[in-house]
Amino acid sequence: METLVIILIDGLVYASWLFLIAVGLTLIYGVLRILNLAHGSLYALGAYAAASLVIRYFDRGLWPPGSYFLMLGAAVAVGLLAGPFIERGLLRRIYNRDPVYQLLATYSLFLILEDFIKLVWGVNPYFAYKPAWLLGQVWLGGIPYPAYSVLLIGVALLAGGGLWFFIRRTRTGRLVVAMIYDPEISMALGVNVPRLSLLTFTLGAILAALGGAFTAPTLSVAPGISVEVIVLAFAVVVIGGLGSPEGSAIGALLVGLVRALMVHQRPELELFAIYLVMALVLLIRPQGLFAREEVRRV
Amino acid sequence: MVTFVSFSRHCLSWGLIFVLALAACAPPATPAPTVALTVPPATPTVAAPAPTPTAAPAGPTPTGAPPSPTPAVPGAPAALKIGIVTFLSGPAASPFGVPARNAAEVLIENLNAGKVPAPYNQKGIGGVPIQAIYVDEAGGAEKQVAEFRRLALEEKVNLVIGYISSADCLAVAPVAEELKVLTVLFDCGTNQIFEERDYKYVFRTHAHQVIENVGAARYILRAKPNLRSIAGINQNYAWGQDSWAAFRDSVKKLKPDVQVVGEHFPRLYAGEYSAELSALLAARPEVIHSSFWGGDLESLVIQAAPRGLFQQSIVVLTTGDTMLPRLGRDVPKGIVIAARGPHGALAPKTPLNDWFVKIYKDRYVVRPVYPSYHIAQAILGVKAAYEKAIAANGGKWPTQDQVIAAFEHLEFETPSGVIRMALGKGHQAVEPVVLGITGDFDPAIGEVKLTDVIEFPAECVNPPDGMKTPDWIAQGFPGAKCP
Repeated sequence: METLVIILIDGLVYASWLFLIAVGLTLIYGVLRILNLAHGSLYALGAYAAASLVIRYFDRGLWPPGSYFLMLGAAVAVGLLAGPFIERGLLRRIYNRDPVYQLLATYSLFLILEDFIKLVWGVNPYFAYKPAWLLGQVWLGGIPYPAYSVLLIGVALLAGGGLWFFIRRTRTGRLVVAMIYDPEISMALGVNVPRLSLLTFTLGAILAALGGAFTAPTLSVAPGISVEVIVLAFAVVVIGGLGSPEGSAIGALLVGLVRALMVHQRPELELFAIYLVMALVLLIRPQGLFAREEVRRV
Repeated sequence: MVTFVSFSRHCLSWGLIFVLALAACAPPATPAPTVALTVPPATPTVAAPAPTPTAAPAGPTPTGAPPSPTPAVPGAPAALKIGIVTFLSGPAASPFGVPARNAAEVLIENLNAGKVPAPYNQKGIGGVPIQAIYVDEAGGAEKQVAEFRRLALEEKVNLVIGYISSADCLAVAPVAEELKVLTVLFDCGTNQIFEERDYKYVFRTHAHQVIENVGAARYILRAKPNLRSIAGINQNYAWGQDSWAAFRDSVKKLKPDVQVVGEHFPRLYAGEYSAELSALLAARPEVIHSSFWGGDLESLVIQAAPRGLFQQSIVVLTTGDTMLPRLGRDVPKGIVIAARGPHGALAPKTPLNDWFVKIYKDRYVVRPVYPSYHIAQAILGVKAAYEKAIAANGGKWPTQDQVIAAFEHLEFETPSGVIRMALGKGHQAVEPVVLGITGDFDPAIGEVKLTDVIEFPAECVNPPDGMKTPDWIAQGFPGAKCP
C-alpha cells in the first residue's frame, strides 16, 4: 500500500515536470503546425536565467521565499523575449514551407540556441539549489519528499488549470481551439492568424521556460539539459496526440506513472517501458490518444 | 489547403518518428553500454573556455616553447611534440576534460621553464622543450581513431597522451600499436585494456576503475563490520555497470550474507532521480554505492540532501572528490568520498603536491581535481621515462624502443605520490585507494574537511600482474596485502 502511494507521488512529480514542457510543444504544434525542435532550448534558457538570478539573489542575502517569484519572473521574461523574437524572426517565414524544411529550420535553431547558452553562461554548471532546500520535507507514504516537489506539482496544476481556463473560457482561447481543430474555417471566419500564432508561441515559450526555471533548483544546470527534456516531451506529445493540450496532460501522467512503477518494481525496464507505451499508442491510435481523427477531405 | 493540412500532418507524424529515432540514436543521449564517457553534444564542436579569466587557447594550438639554453642532448629534436587528447566540449568537458587540459598547460609551461621542483627540475624533457597539441576528445571513438591517425601521420607527434573515455581508449590502443606510436592513456577507467591483451606502445599511468570499488568495499566493511544491506545507483553504461559490479561482488566476497536491496541504473545525463531516490529511501539500505560523475553526481546530491538520504544511509561516491570544490559548504555530512586514487582532497601532503596545487590555483583559482592529477602523472611519467632512457643511452637522445624499455616497470614521483608501473608487463600503473568521510566546512580551504581518511595500499586493492580483476575478486582477492 505504501509502495503504491510512493509510486503515485513519484509518478505525479515526474508527470508535472513533463507536462509543463509537453503542453507548450503540443499547443505550438496545434496552432502553428510546426514541430518546434528548439522547445527544449527554451526550457534550458528558463533554467539558466532562473539559476543565475537565484544565485545572485541568495548572494545578496535577500528574503529567501522571494526566490520563487524571481524564478517565475525569469520564466515569464524569457518567454516574452525569446517567444516573439523566434516567432517573428524565424517561424513566420516558414509557415507555408514543406514540413521537412520546418523541421530542419527548428533543428538549426536548437543548435544556435545551444551555442548561445554556452556563449552567455559558459560551460560550467550553475548550482541554484537553495529554493529546493528551503521548504524542508513532507512525509508521504512513509518516506520523506522535498516539499519543493509538492510545490512543483502545484505549479504544474496551476499552469494547467490556467491554460484550461484560457482556452475554454476566454474568447482568444476559443479562437486558439478553433485554429487547432479547423484552421481553414477559422481563417475564413476572420481569425487574425499572425496575432494568434505569436500569442500561442509566446505562451508555449513561457510554459517551457517555467518548466526550466522551476527545475533549475533540483539540477546541476549545465549544457545538454535541453536534449534530455525534448526526447521525453516528444514521447508525451505523441502519446497524447499532437496538438492536444488535454492529451499532453494525460500523456505526461501515463509516462510519469509507468516510469515510477518501473523504477520501483523493475528498474532495468524503466526506459523501455516509456517507449513501449508510446509504441503501443502509435499502433492502436496512430494519431495519439486525444487528437481527433483527421477527416481527409478532397 | 485542407488536403495540404492533412498531408502535412501525415508527413509530420513521419517526421516526428524520424526525429525521435534520431534523438534516440544521436550522440547526446547515447547510453549504449559500449560507448563510455564520450557522448558529445549535438552542437558543433566548440572549444570550451577555461573556467577562469585566463582563457586558454582553444583547439589544436601548440603552446610555443622557447628554445632551451640547456645543453642539447645529441640527436635530440628541436622540440618534443605531444598530442594531448581530452574533452574540450560536451558534458565531460567541464568536470574532467578542461581540468585535465588546464593542468597539462600549466605543468608543461613550468617544465619548459625549468621551474618544477626536483626530480623534475631539468628543463622540458632532457632539456628538449615540450610542444603540446591539444585535441578535443568529443565525437566518439571512430572520430578519435581518425584524430589519432592525423596526430601520428600528419602532425608527426612523438607521442600521444590522452583519453578520458574508456571507449576511446579501447578503440585507440590497437591503432597506436599498429602505427607504433608511444601512447599514454591518462584517465580512462576500464580494466580491460591490459587484461585482455599485451601492448608494446601503450601505457597507462593511473590505476583502472575497479580498484576504487574494491577499496570502497573494504572501507565500508571497516566502518560497518555488521553490514547487512547495500544498494546501488549507477549510470546505465559500461562505467556505471562495471563499477557497481566490482563494488557489489567485493562486498559479497568479503561478507557473503550482505543483501542487495536495490540496483538502479538511470540513463546517463538523466538529471532527475526523484523516483530512484524514493525507492532507495523505501528500501532503507545501510550503504548506497554510486559512481555518478559530473552533472549527474551533483544533481543526485542536490536532490538527495533535502530528503535526508545521507542521514538514513551511508552513501559512497567513488568520484565524489570532484564535487567538493563545486558545492563548497553545502556538501552534506557523512558521505564517503573517493577520488579514483590519492588525488585532490585525498592527495598526499608532499612538497611536489603542494607545488602542483599552488601553480594550478594561481592560474585557475579552483583546485585541481583527479583528472588534473591523472594528466600530471602521465606527463611526469613520460619525462621520467625519457630521462631514464637518455641516461641509459649514454646521454644521447633515445630511440622510441629505448624509451619504452625505460618506461616499463618504471617508478616515478608525482603529486599523487610514487607511481609504479606494476601491471600489464610494466605498462599499467597501480595506485593506492584513499577514502574519507565528509565533515564540517573549513573556510580556509572553502571545502568540507574529510575525516576518517584511510589509505589502502596498491598491493591491497590491485590484482597481481597477469590476473584479470573480475577473476581476482571472484577468487577472494588472492595475494592482497592489506593493513
